[in-house]
Formats: sequence, structure tokens, C-alpha cells
Amino acid sequence: MSTPLYELDAITHRYGNRTILSIDHWEIARGDLVALVGPNGAGKSTLLRLLNFIEAPSEGSLRYKGHIVGSRNAIPLALRREVTTVFQRPILLDRSVQANVAYGLRLRGQRFWKERVERALEQVGLASLAHRPARHLSGGEAQRVALARAIVLEPEVLLLDEPTANLDPYNARLIEEIVTALNRERGTTIILVTHNIFQARRLARTVGLLLEGCLIEVDEVKRFFESPRDPRTAAFVRGEMIY
Amino acid sequence: MREILIQALRLIIAAPPALREIVALTFRVSGVALAISAIIGIPLGAALGLRRFAGRRLLVSLLYTGMGFPPVVIGLIVYLLLSRNGPLGQWEAPFIPRLFTPSAMILAQTIISLPLVAGLTMAAVMGVDPLLRQQVLALGATQRQALFAVLSEARTGVMTSIVAGFGGILSEVGAVMLVGGNIEHRTRVLTTAIVLETSKGNFELAIALGIILLGLSFLINVALVYLQGRAIRE
Repeated sequence: MSTPLYELDAITHRYGNRTILSIDHWEIARGDLVALVGPNGAGKSTLLRLLNFIEAPSEGSLRYKGHIVGSRNAIPLALRREVTTVFQRPILLDRSVQANVAYGLRLRGQRFWKERVERALEQVGLASLAHRPARHLSGGEAQRVALARAIVLEPEVLLLDEPTANLDPYNARLIEEIVTALNRERGTTIILVTHNIFQARRLARTVGLLLEGCLIEVDEVKRFFESPRDPRTAAFVRGEMIY
Repeated sequence: MREILIQALRLIIAAPPALREIVALTFRVSGVALAISAIIGIPLGAALGLRRFAGRRLLVSLLYTGMGFPPVVIGLIVYLLLSRNGPLGQWEAPFIPRLFTPSAMILAQTIISLPLVAGLTMAAVMGVDPLLRQQVLALGATQRQALFAVLSEARTGVMTSIVAGFGGILSEVGAVMLVGGNIEHRTRVLTTAIVLETSKGNFELAIALGIILLGLSFLINVALVYLQGRAIRE
């Protein structure tokens, strides 16, 4: 097997003296579609911030493509820009929809963004809203703009934090379809945080359960749901409370 | 009253050199003071709004105090600092302005408008959702680009801080009177001229100067609001 995209070893992450994350070992393979499930407060969003290099782990080693990421050694900008996140509550810039989607490209100094932005907006079905002010969009539309501003960057890794939690079935399905297509056709590595186990089962190839900051079990989707090794996973899959 | 108004308008239309000189100096003094305040105050306000550091609370308290400080008191302090026996006036360094010069007036007005610009910028930056910074970082922004994104989101407030700063010094009379001395051809600005002409009983002239002051500040605000509108549409 080729070297993993991410390697996490003995990671501990704290805010003050509260430990949020504590992961012994985890590898994420290139091109995988991973769903991270777990209850609220399990540390899922924090983990995504580490994987997007917004925060550095308090202890342990996080490697991306072999580069160690820590508070002392910041990851090179070019590598950092291979990863992006779609957040649960997207904050759009107070500009037009088009300017929001172009933002990441312009940060990278790209001048000829118009066509790519148009294509991304078409993908999420919002081409007609390109010149609208982004602040006046509905929740579903805003989430689709957030997805467009991420996929327009053609990231190597796309992190999604509960991207469909507040959306109606139509918008949720649209986003799921775009995400799976991205993974299938472009080979984008996707890590999706969700507390919806049905969504995890529908989309993911690999599923991990996070409980109180610990990665309880990571397995191939079928095994995770049908023959979990850990009793806590079994309980979570059955929909029982385990926390 | 009507007679005085007509006389005043006539004077404005004729625009004698003495009048033009006063308007030009007003702009120079307040404009330079505002520019300095913006260059220091906007980054300072942004830092105070975004970062947490030791002494921040004290600095913020000082800033808020400065926002409401009477200009005449600031004028008095600058006057004492720059007077011949004052701590700064004793030195003959080139960067220390002399009393009764436009430079001294610029110094006083900078001290008046800096807290306004910095304080209102801080409030505007603090009003931007803290998640925004995280999200633009996730989109690949550098720390600097993220800071610009936050300032750009706060642009209405930043613009307001500049307008407030300018309004505060353009209409201010106490400080420029004290440190400038209202010397003809040298340190006479619109507000000090109005005081002088009123005390002399030249009401037409005083009113004319007042109309000019009002009109100029109106024009500046129109220009800023227009720019603001364009920035939002962009």
C-alpha cells in the first residue's frame, strides 16, 4: 500500500487543561471517503481543524504527505492550500455570491477565475444567483455556496463538518451527490463529520467512531456497521445511547 | 438675518484669497491629522479587536476615555508640552513641532482623532463573526490575508470611524485655538476664524465661514457614503 495521506500518532489536543482529543494512531489513505461519526462534543470538529492545519496538536505528531505539522513548524503554504473545509455554519463574505466563490482563487493570486467560478456555481445549481449578495441567501443556498467556494479550489482533501445537518432533503441530497462524485471522479480525499449514521453508511468507504476525543474504531463501512468489534460501536450503530 | 445670509453667500461666491487660504489650511491640518490617525488607528483597532494580550483592557479603557476627551483639554496638554519650558518644547529636534504652527495643530488634532478611529475600528472588528477568520484560513488565506478579510467585513464600521474622526477634528475649535493661536495667514482655520469674526461683530463673514464648514463636511460625508456603497456592491 502507498504511504498514507495523513498519519496521526499519539495526538493529544487540549484547550486549557481540558483534553479534547486523544488519538493513538490513525492513518487516512489517499482517495478515501471517510465518515467520522460520534455524539456532539466528541471532538469531531476539533479533529477537522487539526486536519486543516488551523490548529496544531498540543502533543503528538500529525503528518500530511510526510510533513510533520506542529506549533513550531508550520506547514508550507502550498501544502496547506491543498486542504479545505466546508463548515456546518458557513460564514460567507459580505460580497456577491460570485466574489465569495472566487475568494480562495484570488487568495492564490489567480487572475482568470471567472470560468472556474461559473462552473463551480453550476455544479451546485446556483449559477443564476452569481451576482446576488451572499448575505441574503437561504441556509441551503449558503451551504451550497460554501461547497462551491471549496470545490472551485480543486482541493486534494475536502473536509466537511456536518454539511447537511440543517438542510432539507433536497439540498442534503444535492450536496451528497456532489461530494461522492468528487471522490469518484477526481479522487479527492474526503473526510466527512456527521452524526447521521445513515449518511455515513450511504456515502463512506471507511467509518470511524469518535467518543470523548478517542477514536474507538475505524473500519471499512460494511464491517463497521455489520460486525463492529467494539461494543460501543455496536451500541452506536444500533442507535443506543452510549455516552 | 436675511440680509446677513445674502451677504454671506455673496462672499462665498466671490471667494477672496483670504477665505481660500483659511479653507486650504483647515483641510491641510485636519486632513494630515486624519491620515496619521487612520494609519496608526486602523491597525491598532484591529489588533485590539482580534488579539488578547496583557494590558489590553487598560489600553481599551484609555481609548474609550480618549474618545470622549474634550479637545480643549488636549489642546492645553499639547500647549504645555510644546511651550518653551515644556518637556518637549525645550528640545530643538526637527520632528517636534513648534507652538503656533500648523504642525502643532496637526499634533493636537491627531491626538483627538486617533482614539475615535482606533476605538470605532476595534468595535467594528469585534462585530465580525470570529468564525470568519477560521473559515478564510481554511480557504487558504495567510494570516495577513485573513486580517484583511476581517477588516473588509468590518468596512462599514471602519469607514464610520474615519468619518467620526474627521468630524471630530474638522469642527473642533479649542485645541487649534490654543496651540495654533489663530494667527492670520499662518494658523487661522475655519473654526477659529468664526470665533474671531463673531466676536468682532462680522456676522456675514462668520456665517459665510459656517456655511462653508457645513458644506465641506457634508460633501466629505457624501463621498464616503458613496464609496461605502460601492465597496458593498463589489
